[in-house]
Amino acid sequence: MTQLTQPDDWEYLRQFTPARLALGRSGHSIPTRQLLEFNLDHARARDAVYSIFDQEWIKYQVSTLGLSALFLQSQARDRREFLLRPDLGRRLNEPSRQHLKEQVMPPNELSIVVADGLSASAVNAHAPQIIGLLVPQMKALGWQMAPVGVVSQARVAVADEIGFYQQSEMVLILIGERPGLTSPDSMGAYLTYRPKPGLTDESRNCISNIRPDGLSYERATEKIVYLLTEMKKNQLSGVGLKDDFNSQLNA
Amino acid sequence: MPFSHSVRGISYTFADLKTVLAKASPLRSGDQLAGVAAQSAEERVAAQLCLADLPLTIFLQEPLIPYEKDEVTRLILDTHKAEAFAPIRSLTVGEFRDFLLSDLTTSSTLTQLSPGLTPEMVAAVSKLMRIQDLISVSSKCQVTTRFRNTIGLPGRLSTRLQPNHPSDDYRGIAASLIDGLLYGSGDAVIGINPATDHVQTVGKLLEMIDTVRQRFEIPTQSCVLSHVTTTLRLIELGAPVDLVFQSIGGTEALNSSFGINLSLLQEAKEAALSLNRGTVGNQLMYFETGQGAALSANAHHGLDLQTCEARAYAVARAFDPLLVNTVVGFIGPEYLYDGKQIIRAGLEDICCGKLLGLPMGIDICYTNHAEADQDDMDNMLTLMGVAGATFIMGVPGADDIMLHYQSTSFHDALYLRKVLGMRPSPEFESWLLNMGIMDEQFRSLASESRQRLLQLIPRS
Repeated sequence: MTQLTQPDDWEYLRQFTPARLALGRSGHSIPTRQLLEFNLDHARARDAVYSIFDQEWIKYQVSTLGLSALFLQSQARDRREFLLRPDLGRRLNEPSRQHLKEQVMPPNELSIVVADGLSASAVNAHAPQIIGLLVPQMKALGWQMAPVGVVSQARVAVADEIGFYQQSEMVLILIGERPGLTSPDSMGAYLTYRPKPGLTDESRNCISNIRPDGLSYERATEKIVYLLTEMKKNQLSGVGLKDDFNSQLNA
Repeated sequence: MPFSHSVRGISYTFADLKTVLAKASPLRSGDQLAGVAAQSAEERVAAQLCLADLPLTIFLQEPLIPYEKDEVTRLILDTHKAEAFAPIRSLTVGEFRDFLLSDLTTSSTLTQLSPGLTPEMVAAVSKLMRIQDLISVSSKCQVTTRFRNTIGLPGRLSTRLQPNHPSDDYRGIAASLIDGLLYGSGDAVIGINPATDHVQTVGKLLEMIDTVRQRFEIPTQSCVLSHVTTTLRLIELGAPVDLVFQSIGGTEALNSSFGINLSLLQEAKEAALSLNRGTVGNQLMYFETGQGAALSANAHHGLDLQTCEARAYAVARAFDPLLVNTVVGFIGPEYLYDGKQIIRAGLEDICCGKLLGLPMGIDICYTNHAEADQDDMDNMLTLMGVAGATFIMGVPGADDIMLHYQSTSFHDALYLRKVLGMRPSPEFESWLLNMGIMDEQFRSLASESRQRLLQLIPRS
């Protein structure tokens, strides 16, 4: 029987890029194996978007570090609304807002927020790891920390509202990033100095691609600690800070 | 001035012209997000009935964004050609649809008509059209452009080879570039989205593609899709700039958010023309657009997504571009929710752009949070081939590892060429055959030229 698929004799080029090259052909089409591998990656990314946020697990994990947790939700009521209305995902719903306002909050340096974003499975897996490395270091520096906000159907800007009500000097949000075909479980970290509702991207600093095959937990935590201490020292975050420290961060 | 239309005793009133257009727009999430969409299916059709009865001339009399406030409005009205418009001057929007579909309206009719059309006229008529109509009209429009090859001839489908890499690694980019060339991709342009917009990085990438192009005498053009100011700087520094790329939009406010205006685009075009690098022509602007961009920058002035998008084509048209690419599914589900909405939007863009005389290509694409998959892309791809899209993207395995979205693969272009009998641009096709990369049926050949291409990155 003649060969049904024609492999490409340049498969060695794959060592230079993660791109899907030298796939070979079935006629003019992608061979079955490569087709199904793509479908599997897409399926994982789709599942990540609809994965369930394990708020109890996050609460348990932060409790082992001596921190309490607050369960919160954005104004988006479900995944569909979350996807269609980014504006609702940026704001807390009324019960969550009330809940936060009722808390008596002593002055504190840092509010940590954990949010599902576009991949709950990413934060289920990675957020406890980062918090586990981060909290002891911040405690050693003598920082006071607010209860951890664990917020569902949320986008990045929700952290500014939480940090504001918690009267925190800085807020850090760990949030699931938009799943990529080869990275369904990537987490991002965004940091804001003097958070308040209505801030935009230029007020924040971002660390992305946190996952074992991307930016490691250790390296990501190192960058977060660095950014937090620089923010406190310079009393600012966002573009201004990035311009000054970008080169050191990326070194 | 308010407009109204009665349907079975219920009177629907629309506050102004832009509201009629927005409510007549087929459903998409972005118009709902903006709060401009029809509130019910019946209201949508009432708006379409209202729109169908409006005279085309109303779009010349009532600018959607005031003339004084927006340079795109000024561009549209100041460059409108009354003599080209004359044959359809008396038509309503509804009659204009019938006119476009008429057997008496040929490719050459549409070419002559084009300078007499405004984006608002074509946006309006497209809202009354079904997918079938969009394809009929779009396939009738012929737009041909030239730089180092001829793009847009009947029966031809070109591809942009898009060999992106997350850290602009030269060998990584070169590997995808070789893969693409061996699959017959790249006659529209070899175009890299750089991960960073630094002058030095972009300059080195340009030099790399230019070296490959010259060594193998590939009849195509290269582009690194950096900001127009970066490109201008590179031209000053003597970099091998073929095409000037820029993302553009349909309002002055959106263009400001991109850090551009019409005079900056003109300056860049003139600078690139002065390099005189084209061989068979000198069309050298490459624009990208996409429905939803204006809304996401809060620069939409209450206009619907699609009308804003059509206005971007007026900006493109002013610079006689080689390529215009609507990146339709990239923006996300809050603007275009699912495969159905993405496909419809893409066909509207191709149809409206071609009616306005543009070489319209399309990035048939989606993100992982949109309700879409490869089957939707195959539907769209096939429809785009039938509609006569000028070019599509070519990404290794459809997976863009830098921009994190799914586009069309090199294989996808081969599929379309095979089932629809389409061929690449003639110069590029001759090159593929002469090099022995492919035979006439686009089957790949193990030739000496293939080995030479592979030796760009030798087996270690």
